[in-house]
Amino acid sequence: MIAIKFIIPELFLSISIFSLIIIGVFLKKSFEIIYRLTILVIISIIFIIFSANFETEKIFNDSFVIDKFSIYSKLLILVSTFFVLLISKKYIIDIKNNKFEYPIIILLSILGMFIMVGSNDLIMFYMGLELQSLALYVLAAIDRDNIKSSEAGVKYFILSALSSGLLLYGCSLIYGFTGSTNFEIIAGISNEFKIGVLFGMVFILVGLAFKVSAVPFHMWTPDVYQGSPTSVTSFFSVVPKIAGIAIFIKFMYLPFKEVLSEWQYILVFMSIASMILGSVAAIGQTNIKRLMAYSSIGHIGYAIAGIASGSENGFKSTLVYISIYVVMNIGAFACILLMKRGGKYIEDIDELSGVSKNHPLMSLGLMIILFSLAGIPPLAGFFAKFYVFMAVIESEMYTLAIVGLVTTVISAFYYIKIIKVMYFDEPRKPFEKFVDYKIHGSIFISCFILVTFFLYPSFLNEIVSKINIF
Amino acid sequence: MNFPILSSITFLPLIGAFFVFLTRSEKTEKNNGAIYISIFTSFLNFFISLFLWYSFDTKTSEFQFVEEIDWISGFIKFKFGIDGISILFILLTTLIVPIAIISCINSVKLRIKEFLIALLVLETFMIGVFCSLDLVVFYLFFEAGLIPMFLIIGIWGGPKKVYSAFKFFLFTLLGSVLMLVAIIAIYWITGTTDVTEIYQIKIPHEFQYLLWLAFFSSFAVKLPMWPVHTWLPDAHVEAPTPGSVILAAILLKMAGYGFLRFSIGLFPIASDYFTPLIFALSVIAVVYTSLVALMQDDMKKLIAYSSVAHMGFVTIGIFTFNKQGIEGSILQMISHGLISAALFLSVGILYDRTHSRLIKSYGGIVNILPKYSLFFMVFALATLGLPGTSGFVGEFLVLVGTFKVNFLVAVLASIGVILAAAYILWLYKRVIFGKLENPQLKKINDVNYLETSMLTVLCVMILLFGFYPDPLLETIKVSVDNLISNYNLEINNKLTLK
Repeated sequence: MIAIKFIIPELFLSISIFSLIIIGVFLKKSFEIIYRLTILVIISIIFIIFSANFETEKIFNDSFVIDKFSIYSKLLILVSTFFVLLISKKYIIDIKNNKFEYPIIILLSILGMFIMVGSNDLIMFYMGLELQSLALYVLAAIDRDNIKSSEAGVKYFILSALSSGLLLYGCSLIYGFTGSTNFEIIAGISNEFKIGVLFGMVFILVGLAFKVSAVPFHMWTPDVYQGSPTSVTSFFSVVPKIAGIAIFIKFMYLPFKEVLSEWQYILVFMSIASMILGSVAAIGQTNIKRLMAYSSIGHIGYAIAGIASGSENGFKSTLVYISIYVVMNIGAFACILLMKRGGKYIEDIDELSGVSKNHPLMSLGLMIILFSLAGIPPLAGFFAKFYVFMAVIESEMYTLAIVGLVTTVISAFYYIKIIKVMYFDEPRKPFEKFVDYKIHGSIFISCFILVTFFLYPSFLNEIVSKINIF
Repeated sequence: MNFPILSSITFLPLIGAFFVFLTRSEKTEKNNGAIYISIFTSFLNFFISLFLWYSFDTKTSEFQFVEEIDWISGFIKFKFGIDGISILFILLTTLIVPIAIISCINSVKLRIKEFLIALLVLETFMIGVFCSLDLVVFYLFFEAGLIPMFLIIGIWGGPKKVYSAFKFFLFTLLGSVLMLVAIIAIYWITGTTDVTEIYQIKIPHEFQYLLWLAFFSSFAVKLPMWPVHTWLPDAHVEAPTPGSVILAAILLKMAGYGFLRFSIGLFPIASDYFTPLIFALSVIAVVYTSLVALMQDDMKKLIAYSSVAHMGFVTIGIFTFNKQGIEGSILQMISHGLISAALFLSVGILYDRTHSRLIKSYGGIVNILPKYSLFFMVFALATLGLPGTSGFVGEFLVLVGTFKVNFLVAVLASIGVILAAAYILWLYKRVIFGKLENPQLKKINDVNYLETSMLTVLCVMILLFGFYPDPLLETIKVSVDNLISNYNLEINNKLTLK
C-alpha cells in the first residue's frame, strides 16, 4: 500500500480521465468545459509532481521506478501538452472538430507515456507504449470526415502495429534468453547471453526508431503529419517525441549498457541517415506541415547522435536537445496555426509570401524560431546542437560530428527559404487578423526563451546534470 | 574589476536597437525617431571606444580591460579582453557604423526602422568578435553576424538579392561549421576554450595541422581567399550601400583578425607548415582578381574584386611572420576598411541619383559634380596605394616584410599593385572624365552636406594615417612583437626537438 503514494500522478490522471468521460457523456455541448478541465488536470499534475520529493523509488517488484529522469520527462511532457492544448483550441473549434473525446484521448496517451518513461521492466514498458500508441492512432484519425485524416490514421495504425509486433518479438527474445523482464537484471547478465540479447535489442531498436521516426523507419511521418489536423500534428511533433527519446535513452543506458559497442554503430547509422534525409528531403516540400515532418526527422537525428556517443554527457545533451526542440516546435506550430485566410487554414509555404509587411510581429517570431531550428547562434537551437556535438566529439566520433554539422548547413537552406518567402517576396492578401492571446502568448514565450537562452545557457544543464539513470 | 567598458561597447547598440524597435513604425518614408536614436547610439559608442583607446596602455602585451563571468557553468567562461590588435578593429567598427547609418538616410527607402535594427544588432556582433577571448564566445558572435547581414542583403538588396543572400549565408555557414568542430576538439584536448589559457598550455603538434585547416576553412571563406571568394562580388553588388560598406569595411576584417589571433596564436607550427599554401592562394588572389577587376562593367563588382585582391595582401603579410609584414597587414586592413567604405559610399551616391551602377552609363561627371570628383580621386589614389595615403603604408610594409621571406611572392604581389593602379585609374577615367553623353546625368546635383561630411571624415582619416601612421603603429607594436616572439619560440622549440 505504501507504493500507492509514489504513483499519485498516474492515479490522479486515470481517475480524472474516467470522471471526464462521465462528465462529457452527461453534459451537452461539453467540449468547452472538458477542455478547460483537461488543462486544469495537467496543471494539477505538474503541482503534484513538484510536491513530491525527488528520491529514487522502485515499486511493484522493481517494475516501476520514480527517479529524476522519469520526473524530468514527465514534467516536459506535461508542460508541452499544456502549451499544445492552449494553441490548438481555436483551431479545433474552427474546423468543427470540437468533440469532447479529443482532450481525453490526449490525457490517455499521456498516461501511457508516464507508464512508459517510468518503466523498469519490459512488460510495464510495453503496456505503456501500447496505451500511448492506441491513443495516438485515434488522434491521427480524429477528423473522421476528412479523407486525409482517416488515411493518416489507418496508415499510422498499420505501420505502428507492425513495429509494435517487432518490438514485442524483441522483448520475448530477451526474456527467452535471459529469463527476466527486469531492466537491471537484463543488464547484469546480458554479457552471458550476448547473441540472444543482441537479436532482441535489434528488434526493440526497430520499434523505438519507429516511434521517434528515425530513418529508416520514418516513412509514416510526412503523411501522418500532413493528413492529421494541425492541432494533432503539433501534438505529434512534440509530446510522443519526448517520451520516445526518453525511453530510447533508458533502453540504451540501462538494459543494454553492457553491449554499448554493439548498438553504438546502429545508432550512428540511424543518426546520420536521419540527419541527411531530414535535411535533403525537406528542401522540395511545399506544404509546411510536411516540411516540419522532415525537419523533425532531422532533429531526431541530432538527438540520437547524443545517445550514440554512449557517454553520460551524451544522454544529458540529448535531454537538453529535446527540451529546446520542444520550445522551438511549439512556437513554430503556433505560427502555423495563425495562417488562416477566408475562414480556411492554409498550409502552403508560398502563402506566407511577404507576410512580414502585414504581420510584422508574427513573422519576426517565426523568423527567430526558424533561425533557431537551423541552429544559428546566438539562439537556443545553436546551444542544443553545441552540447550534442560536445558529447559526440568527446567520444571521438568525428565523422558523425562533421556529417551532423554539414547537414546543419543543408537544413539551414530550407529554413531560410521560408524566411526568404516571408521577408523577400512580394506580399499577398493578409491573413485573417484575430487576437488569441493563447497563441500569441505561446509564440512570445517560445521566442523569449530562444533569444534570451544565451544569457544563461547552462540553465538546462544544471537541471539535467542531477539526473542519473544508472 | 572596474566598469565593464567592453561589455558596454558591445551591448550598447543592442539596447539602441531595442529602443528603435519601440518607435512607432510610420507609413511614410522617413522615420526620424528611429534614425535619431540609432545615430545617437552609434556616436555614443564611438566616443566610448575613443575613450577606451585613450585609456589603453600601449606598453604591455597583456590583455586589458579583461572581464569574465561564468557562462556555461563548469566549462566555459564569457571572457572579454583586448590587446593592441583588437582595439584598432573596434575603433574601425564604431567609426564605420555611424557613417553607414547616416548613409541609410539617402539610400534606404523602405522599412528603414527594421534596417536600423539589423545594423545595430550587427554592430553588437561585430564588436563582440573583436572583444572575445574565448573560442566559443568568438564563434557565437562570428556566426551570429550572418543573420542580420542575410536580412540586409535579402530585404533591401537589388534584383538578384535572393541568390546573393543565400550564397552568402550558405558559403559562410559551411566554412564555419568545421571551425566549430575544431573548437570542441580543442576543448577536449586542452580542457579549456579560453584563448589566454590555451596560449600557455599549447596544443600538441600532431593535432595542430587538422585544427588549423578547420579554422582556415572558416576564415578563408570569410576573408575571402581565392577560390572561395565568389560569394563576395554577388553579395556586394546586391547589398544596399550601407550593407556593402559594413561588409567590406568590417566583416571581411573578422577573418584577418581570426588569422592573427587564432591561426598564428594557437597553431604556430601548423601556420609555419601551411605558409606556402597561403602564399600561393594569396598571390593568385592578388593577380587573378585584379585582372578580373579590370574587366568589370559594374562599379560595385569592380570594387568587390579589388577587395579580394587587397585581402590577398593582408594574408601574405600575416604569414611572413615578421614585424613589418604583420604590422603592414594590420594597417592594410584598417586602411582598406576606410577606403572600401569610402568607395562604396561614393558608388552609392551616384546610384542614389541615377539608379545605375554600370560604368558605361557615366562619363564626364567632373563637369557637373566637381566636389564629388575630388573626393573620388582621393579614394581612387588611396586604393592604388599612392604615398601619402593610408593604402601606401600598409602595402609598403607588407612588401618589405615579404621581400625578407620570399622574393618571388613579393615580386608577384607587386604586380598586383600595378594592376590595382590600372583598374582603378581606368575606372576613374571612364566615370569622371570624358564627354558628358548620358542626358540623365545633367539633372543630378553635387554631394549634399550629409554626404560631404561622411566623405570628409573618411578622406581626412585616409590622408592622416597616410602621412602619420604612428598612432596606429604605436598601439599595435607591443602586441605584434609579443605575437612574433611567441611564434619564434615555438618554431625554435620544434627545431631543437628535431
